[in-house]
Amino acid sequence: MATTTEPAAPPAAASGAPRPPAPRNLSTFGRAELAMFAGCAVSAYFVTWLIFDRLTDGTGWLGFLVAWYAFFLGIVYVVTRETLGRLGAADRVAGIVIRSGLLALVVPLGWLLAYVAVKGLPALRPGFFLHDQSGIRPEMPATAGGGLHSIVGTLEQVGLALIWTVPLSVLTAIFLNETRSRFRRPLRILVDAMSGLPSIVAGLFIYAALIIPLGSHMSVFGFDGFMASLALSIVMMPTVTRTVELVLRLVPDGVREASLALGASRARTVWSVVLPTARSGVTTAVVLGIARSVGETAPLLFTTFGLDLMNKTPFFKPQDALPLFVYSNVQKPSAAAAERGFTGALVLIAIVLVLFAIARYVGRDRSRRRTPTRKETR
Amino acid sequence: MSTSTVTLPEPSESPPSPRAVVDTPSRPDRWFARLTAGAGASLFALLVLIGFFLLLRAAPALRQRGFGFFTTIEWRVDINPPIFGVLGLLSGTVIVAVIACLVAIPVSVLSALFITDFAGPRLRNSLTGVVDLLAAIPSLLYGLWGMAYLNDRIAPLSAWLSHNLGWIPIFHTKPEADLTGSMFIAGLVVSMMVMPITTSIMREVFAQTPPGEKEAALALGSTHWGMIWNVVLPYGRGGIIGGSMLGLGRALGETIAVKLLLPQVPNLSGHILQNGGATISGFLATYAGYADRVTQPLMAFGLVLFVFTIAVNLGASAIIARSRSGEGVEV
Repeated sequence: MATTTEPAAPPAAASGAPRPPAPRNLSTFGRAELAMFAGCAVSAYFVTWLIFDRLTDGTGWLGFLVAWYAFFLGIVYVVTRETLGRLGAADRVAGIVIRSGLLALVVPLGWLLAYVAVKGLPALRPGFFLHDQSGIRPEMPATAGGGLHSIVGTLEQVGLALIWTVPLSVLTAIFLNETRSRFRRPLRILVDAMSGLPSIVAGLFIYAALIIPLGSHMSVFGFDGFMASLALSIVMMPTVTRTVELVLRLVPDGVREASLALGASRARTVWSVVLPTARSGVTTAVVLGIARSVGETAPLLFTTFGLDLMNKTPFFKPQDALPLFVYSNVQKPSAAAAERGFTGALVLIAIVLVLFAIARYVGRDRSRRRTPTRKETR
Repeated sequence: MSTSTVTLPEPSESPPSPRAVVDTPSRPDRWFARLTAGAGASLFALLVLIGFFLLLRAAPALRQRGFGFFTTIEWRVDINPPIFGVLGLLSGTVIVAVIACLVAIPVSVLSALFITDFAGPRLRNSLTGVVDLLAAIPSLLYGLWGMAYLNDRIAPLSAWLSHNLGWIPIFHTKPEADLTGSMFIAGLVVSMMVMPITTSIMREVFAQTPPGEKEAALALGSTHWGMIWNVVLPYGRGGIIGGSMLGLGRALGETIAVKLLLPQVPNLSGHILQNGGATISGFLATYAGYADRVTQPLMAFGLVLFVFTIAVNLGASAIIARSRSGEGVEV
């Protein structure tokens, strides 16, 4: 937005004429305005205090904050209307509201991270990554035992889910972007809709379609990590498909046309030109898919029950997973179990953050290398 | 190259007609088309299969209860024949989702506006990353936070609302009622999970506003807010509606957070501030792993949830897709 007022460079700039006005940044407040806002905030505080603490019964700090904010906006509007008129006042108030809307999005994130870190850190020991929960009784402290069995389970389930998901998702994304079928549009809408499929329904489906009819005959189709990976892949697939498709769209058409003009078949073009060009983007998509599904609890509820012991094979008998570990421990009555759950939550969130950082890193690398290419083709 | 140029002395009698485009795919191309189409079809088949199997397992329960399935609140599976119905769960699901959307949509619109129209390029880039990160935070953690921390912090706000605005029916609570574990709190927590998806969709749509129109508004003397109100928001209306509906779809299906917060006892209550309430997904999570006796009712509930959310999501995706292509913009 800052560039919108930039004037065309005048030809007579060399003749000592006054310099063209610098582009005004519309989206910042001046110092005087900030001071005025501060004054409004202080007066709004006292109005709120008067009404809440003196005239009505007291409320929690949250209610106080909400009322303070409302009074603040009102006072800012009244004060700025004196100098700027109605339009200007509305502009200032809207600017404040939009900025604070962002706070409402970002603050809970930081708060949540801090809370989980504070609750989970005290009981985090290296042993968490070395032991399972065998022989742990409710009265034992939270530092005893660990979550190795859950971490192993999560790794195996998500890894298996990746094996089912990635080929299918990439092929579907290629279908959506590289072919000229008339079913592309309906399929795109369908993929969007599937990305909103409640994750517990995915687990319920696996339970209904595989575990109920086949589970009693073949142990592979009983409650185990394999079933969980199938449910996870249902959750993962639409997300990965959509992201890969977005990435494929970024591949410049010129590259495709060059390949086709050289006589390559469509299949060869996709395999040797489009996919290598988009490699890092596809990697980002896959890593984001992992980050999304690694914390999914609901699909596991009907597919693998969780277990306190190590089960290394995903194809036989129930297996634990990190989200299930957290979910079941925080619901136990014992304080130590709850603490253990929070430790698991901390590890889980750390995994998600690391995966996310990897995705961002790979993705950023791609955009930097690709920007000149896009300009060249224009 | 082959068209006539000025150096040719006499023009051809008729302008050259465009050559017909011949597209005879080679054998690898045919296989390529089949393979990718097969992958696409398998996604569609998956959706059909989900519906089919849920219906198959739910059929006995639906047949036994008949239309009463949709009008019953009670949950009595310990007697024979069992009594159960989806009404109490469906109402809770909708109430929580609506509260979540009422909170999430304004915040999302504001955040998306900030990202597209207020933030500089660097801040915009990192904020987009933050929104993506929010979407990747597992809902389990939001639920955990809501249950162990926010529950007690929001209760005073609920108390104040019910004390001072209790004459509005939905804010009414019974005296001495427990104000934790309410649908209001569940809705607030779910709203945090809805915000990332709605924000990212709205941001995408707002970012496509033609810069020429924005500059025209500013050149005519509009304030920054006036420009947003008159150009960006009307342009992004389809995205706002579609994004909100996608958010609603997410809110309807949120499972773990709702399970951790609400007592999951089906009832039909409009008292959103006091303890109580159940949602379909939370109820399913509660009874996961119980005996076979509850399997059929659970499947029936799951079927209702599936149909409901897929319908909302399909509508939302159609609105977004139409609003984008209607403007001739391909993301």
